[in-house]
Amino acid sequence: MSAGEPALRIEGLSKSFGKLEVLRGIDLELADEEVVCLIGASGSGKSTLLRCVNRLEPIDAGRIVLGGDEITAPGNDLNRVRRRIGIVFQAFNLFPHMTVLRNVTLGPTKARGVSQAEAEAEATALLERFGLADKRDDYPDRLSGGQQQRVAIVRALAMRPELMLLDEVTSALDPELVAEVLNVIRELAEGGMTMLIATHEMSFARDVAGRVCFLDDGLILEEGPPAEIFTAPQQPRTQQFLQRIIDAGRL
Amino acid sequence: MAVGQGERPDPEVERPPSSPGLDPLGRSSRILGGPRQTGIRGVLIALASTVVFVGLVAVIVVNSSGWPAVRDAFFSGENFRSSLPEIAHAFLLNIKIFCIAEGFILVFALLIAVLRSLPGPVFFPLRAVAITYTDLFRGVPTILVIYILGFGAPGLQISGVPRSPLFWGVTALVLVYSAYVAEVYRAGIESVHPSQEAAARSLGLSRAQALRFVIVPQAVRRVVPPLLNDFIGLQKDSALVALIGPVEAFRQSQIDTAATFNFTPYLVTALFFILLTIPLARLTDLLIARDRRRLLAGGGLT
Repeated sequence: MSAGEPALRIEGLSKSFGKLEVLRGIDLELADEEVVCLIGASGSGKSTLLRCVNRLEPIDAGRIVLGGDEITAPGNDLNRVRRRIGIVFQAFNLFPHMTVLRNVTLGPTKARGVSQAEAEAEATALLERFGLADKRDDYPDRLSGGQQQRVAIVRALAMRPELMLLDEVTSALDPELVAEVLNVIRELAEGGMTMLIATHEMSFARDVAGRVCFLDDGLILEEGPPAEIFTAPQQPRTQQFLQRIIDAGRL
Repeated sequence: MAVGQGERPDPEVERPPSSPGLDPLGRSSRILGGPRQTGIRGVLIALASTVVFVGLVAVIVVNSSGWPAVRDAFFSGENFRSSLPEIAHAFLLNIKIFCIAEGFILVFALLIAVLRSLPGPVFFPLRAVAITYTDLFRGVPTILVIYILGFGAPGLQISGVPRSPLFWGVTALVLVYSAYVAEVYRAGIESVHPSQEAAARSLGLSRAQALRFVIVPQAVRRVVPPLLNDFIGLQKDSALVALIGPVEAFRQSQIDTAATFNFTPYLVTALFFILLTIPLARLTDLLIARDRRRLLAGGGLT
């Protein structure tokens, strides 16, 4: 990583699915150890933006620069790029045929070339840190949603990513399980992990984010410190969106 | 964004751990597809209805006018004893045929299935080859493939190419059954939700690694029952190889029948095939039950 470069820089990112323009020129920068939350209605392009950043979706136009390396350059080894970025999905996407331990060690052993013993030691330490040590040998189906999502976070962390992408990681959870997952993310933020988080949890965003971006119709309409966005939004669309959230009792 | 709805544990697995197979009766009646009766009363009802049913059929058959002739021709104890050892010996060839064929089919069919599910325009030629292959060998009757290869291929007289009809018979079975099994595999591969591949790729695994460690293992688990079903078919079709020469169980029973004008050897052969397929069917059930138990118990039980 070259000095002075932001951890992530996105320039003019556009993406369409057929005729539907999902992203229409996104510009965004994340400094090292910065936590940025993406908020916005469903369909505003939050998830697509995250999936474009680690190149799970091909992009139509724009540049993405990760720690000084342009990862959208043609001929880039995408497998190598993805090893540097951890992503956690809304629906966990754990591998159901593998134990928790295998879920966590698969990436390090196969993609990072770490030995099985070393990967297991690392994985066990990570699982312990997040209170999952006793679930090591269980299959994902035996775990609660909150536990599964924590395992998914550990799985991503095991790749030692320089950037984490979290895609509405609490949206599929029962309300009483949300807190345990949010606490894990909070801990990561305090530990200095650079994170780009799409979320519907406004109070969490206000709490943990250094900056909040409001996405509307494929554009970042407004961005700023959470205190500003949540208390004095400038754009009428942002005001409307937040008003609806407040009416729904979620802020 | 609808990411990974398929990720919900499937309903089979979500049953409370107490329900599957705790008492042997409940499980065996489910294997036979009947309602799950429990307790001694269930056993008695099942027993009584079976006795009545079998007895009724037996009475009808034994009282038919042609029964004595059929009994002598098909149920001769003497012919049974005399043909048994020879047919048993010949049946070893059947076992050899389908064991070898099954090994090749498992690997070859998976290769075809993977080729067929390669994405992108670059791989079009490979996909086309795989599609043509499965279309062709599912379309031509097995017996024709055996004839064409068995009589045609050795006729080419290319040096180094085996001329044994057994070799070409097995090859024909491998080619035909791989086409079916490839489709079974493909259905399995496509049933694994795309979010699984996304998760694997997001860890930095290559597409090949994602297939190898994440998609294919899940796909194969899901298709074990239809896979074994195809293998039961294959076991029976091993008899077709007899048509180009090798003396396996069916051929041997033909020979015995021709010598004595008694059809009992056919029944002996049928018995051998049944004895072999029933354990395979129960094995299928066992594997499914074990997989489900393991998922429910949280591992460590296998």
